[in-house]
Amino acid sequence: MEYDVVIGLEVHSELKTKSKVFCSCKNEFGGEPNTHCCPVCIGLPGALPIPNKEAVKMTIKAGLAVGSQINDIAIFERKNYFYPDLAKAYQISQAVRPICIGGGVEIEDKNGHKKYIRLNRIHLEEDAGKLIHNSKIGGTMVDYNRGGVPLIEIVSEADMSSAEEAVAYLSKLRNILQYIEVSDCKMEQGSLRCDVNISLKPKGSEKLGVRAEMKNLNSFRSVTRAIEYEIKRQSRLLDEGEEVIQETRRWDDARNRSFSMRRKEDAQDYRYFPDPDLLPFKIERSLVEEVKRTMPKLREEKINDYVNDLGLSEYDASVLTNDLNLVKYFEKVISYFNKPKFVCNFILTTLLKKVKEDEENDDLVIPIEPQNFANLLQMYESGQISQAICRELFDEIWTTNEDCLKIVKERNLVQNNNEDEIKEMLKVLIEEFPQSVQDYKAGNTKALSFFIGQLMKKTQGKANAQIASKLIKEMLD
Amino acid sequence: MEIMNETLENISEMLDTKKISSVELVNESLKSIEATKDLNILHEVCRDNALEMAKDIDAKRANGEKLSKLAGIPIVIKDNISMVGTYTTCSSKFLENYKSPYNATVVDKLLQAGAIIVGKANMDEFAMGSSSENCAFGVVHNPRNPEYVPGGSSGGSASAVAANQCFGSLGTDTGGSIRQPSSFCGVVGLKPTYGLVSRYGVVAFASSLDQVGPITKTVRDNAIMLEAIAGYDNNEFTSAKHDKESYYKDSFKNSIKGLKIGYAKEFFESLNNQDVIKSMENAMNFFKENGAEIVDIELPHIKDALAVYYVLSSAEAASNLARFDGIKYGVAAKEYNDLIDFYFKSRTQGFGSEVKRRIMLGNFVLSSGYFDAYYNKAKAVQNLIITEFSNAFKNCDVILSPTTPTSAFKIGEKVNNPLEMYLNDIFTVPVNIATLPAISVPCGIAQNGMPLGMQLIGNRFSESTLFNVADYYERNCFSFREVK
Repeated sequence: MEYDVVIGLEVHSELKTKSKVFCSCKNEFGGEPNTHCCPVCIGLPGALPIPNKEAVKMTIKAGLAVGSQINDIAIFERKNYFYPDLAKAYQISQAVRPICIGGGVEIEDKNGHKKYIRLNRIHLEEDAGKLIHNSKIGGTMVDYNRGGVPLIEIVSEADMSSAEEAVAYLSKLRNILQYIEVSDCKMEQGSLRCDVNISLKPKGSEKLGVRAEMKNLNSFRSVTRAIEYEIKRQSRLLDEGEEVIQETRRWDDARNRSFSMRRKEDAQDYRYFPDPDLLPFKIERSLVEEVKRTMPKLREEKINDYVNDLGLSEYDASVLTNDLNLVKYFEKVISYFNKPKFVCNFILTTLLKKVKEDEENDDLVIPIEPQNFANLLQMYESGQISQAICRELFDEIWTTNEDCLKIVKERNLVQNNNEDEIKEMLKVLIEEFPQSVQDYKAGNTKALSFFIGQLMKKTQGKANAQIASKLIKEMLD
Repeated sequence: MEIMNETLENISEMLDTKKISSVELVNESLKSIEATKDLNILHEVCRDNALEMAKDIDAKRANGEKLSKLAGIPIVIKDNISMVGTYTTCSSKFLENYKSPYNATVVDKLLQAGAIIVGKANMDEFAMGSSSENCAFGVVHNPRNPEYVPGGSSGGSASAVAANQCFGSLGTDTGGSIRQPSSFCGVVGLKPTYGLVSRYGVVAFASSLDQVGPITKTVRDNAIMLEAIAGYDNNEFTSAKHDKESYYKDSFKNSIKGLKIGYAKEFFESLNNQDVIKSMENAMNFFKENGAEIVDIELPHIKDALAVYYVLSSAEAASNLARFDGIKYGVAAKEYNDLIDFYFKSRTQGFGSEVKRRIMLGNFVLSSGYFDAYYNKAKAVQNLIITEFSNAFKNCDVILSPTTPTSAFKIGEKVNNPLEMYLNDIFTVPVNIATLPAISVPCGIAQNGMPLGMQLIGNRFSESTLFNVADYYERNCFSFREVK
């Protein structure tokens, strides 16, 4: 049977405020366990929360960026459940009156078809700590450094119908959150996390099917794979006339399958109620206006700037701006070496290819310092090093990040641009390989590349390939 | 130990004029504590630290430094108030070994004022109770007669003042926990306006109702203490941005002429204790004779306040006490099968039965399916009660009621009947529900020889009015000195 797939996403994103959401502890990834903690965020008896204004502002900013309504009054509520990473045994969150309501984002598929994904809400809450399983002592330890880090939960309507759309939505959201600088959205560090709700219904049917919620999706790839797996699992059940059970499932990336975590009847009753320590708070219109005024440029505006001011093509600008990390990197590089088109070309061809070799590198981590990269491109562009050397060096400093200027100097990799010297070397080669000369004369133009290849071998890639091509042609014609 | 009979106000004067040193005073206080230790008032005595601080204050005084009225004076605090270097047990087995790494704001304020904290007082576990019998470290005895309960939950704090162990103490009041024991022990207790005194560092029972307040021998003593602990705290979101007041200097007019005292029949129609009825009649006559006017007011929904209280306070308590899970501090079960079993056993071992009862009640009213019927309904009734009080205060300055329906009862008398125990708070609870201030002052002696208390309720932030009326009554009608 054919089915319609119905998908909704709950995306959690850590806000990059200076301090935590209800205390003044540092909001910083990592650190020695339990060093970014205070009586408030470890929930000591008597400690009380104070909401962080910056976090509220950032939530408003996220809402405005996706066209949400900002509520006049928002309420913090307690979500009560026991777990060792939750110091107070309740999470301060928002249920009935979140900061942002509604909104949506537009996604586009490969063929340029556009689709609007509606949002239900964005609310502000606190992150939990982290359990660390320690095999040395044979037990589990808790690190509360992450406890109390501000987190926004962005809940979509069930408007997506494929893994492709879900990923497009997720990357669009990530792009927006990065551009407005409210979150780093690093999936690897968990500052962007995603739960997927998915159900199937017979094609064309109005009635929604029973949904399963998938948790622990830590990369774009796992989102895709988990959805595809779940579609298969549910359609097999339905095909066989079996029931889909409402449940929460945990995705196991290593085993490429999901496992049932808990069923609906075991679902927890979170006993939400307004947090008496945090009275309902008014969001002044003036604050919303202030946030509006400080809204940074979104991707569409960036693309315009790049096309109009830097002379990039629409397509190149669009690829480059797809990720804010890449934008920031690009802008840093051109601040050292102001040839935007040249830099962009190299990034889109060589650098992006390198990034994508690592499937898990969703966060587009670029290990080469921007200045080092700028130096490399400058040497190449000015003819100081050959293309071959440039490629080799790029691969090398990708892993070592060593100073490429120093390497070129130490190993004497400077390109030979001296026409006379190259001519001399080519003369020798022509004498050495008479057969290839014959081949060329017989019309085989490949013989030219053969000579260039031989020349590069002799000079360890240092000869200027462009000059050599020109010369060999002149010499043989 | 004669000196311990003095009021805080007089002692402050004596210290100021160097008739006595703080070290001498602390030694007297420690002697008195030792002499009355069978009453089980204090869980911990801060002997060394107190003497150290007293020395320091004496030195400052000798240097001619200007000191606050509380400087060098022995004070006791309730054991749910965090103080570095002491245990903060809340009289619970669960926190028997818990020491707070930080000070409550009220402790910082007392220390800044130079007060000497000599001990931490026993209480009903996590402030849940009206007799100080729900105490993991033994029941507290009433200093007026050890066969009787001192009231609760701040029974230790009220007893410490009544037993002359100190010159003032801090209690906390969620539904009457300062006023009821003050009434039972024949001392003065104030529950301030919600938000006036910081809750930061005070172990929460019901966050929207809890309030710290002073217990003293006289009303003037009380004003001195409130002045030291009141004020906005940027560590607490519910703290009130109320301008600082000089309660001691500005409250006392020595007149109640033209004062309108509200009389709500709802506070009196259910009374059947002749002692209480008589004491109220006397008080009303006194006020009339001295130029005040008694006006009738209506508070039809205060009869529902107790029900509202047990829904809201238990809901908040269930959530507030969930952090006591054995993972980070407190009782941790030694043997268990899995995580759930660990929580279950740790909490079963750590909590007493009244606390368990409130946690169960609270979780019940918060569960899905019951939330609207209980929690939301209670919130709606709370709003009605707030409105009724605020209308009443359009026609009067203070409202008079008994603090409790009876004088103190005997230890063990009500311990097996929680509902009857809850009725003790029937007159005090509406005040917390309405976030108002109220003071309890001694107003007579019952047939059983135990003191009686009168409650004066004020509008929000009208503490100085309450002080003036109570002080006038105390000076001209009845005071703690008549309680034996």
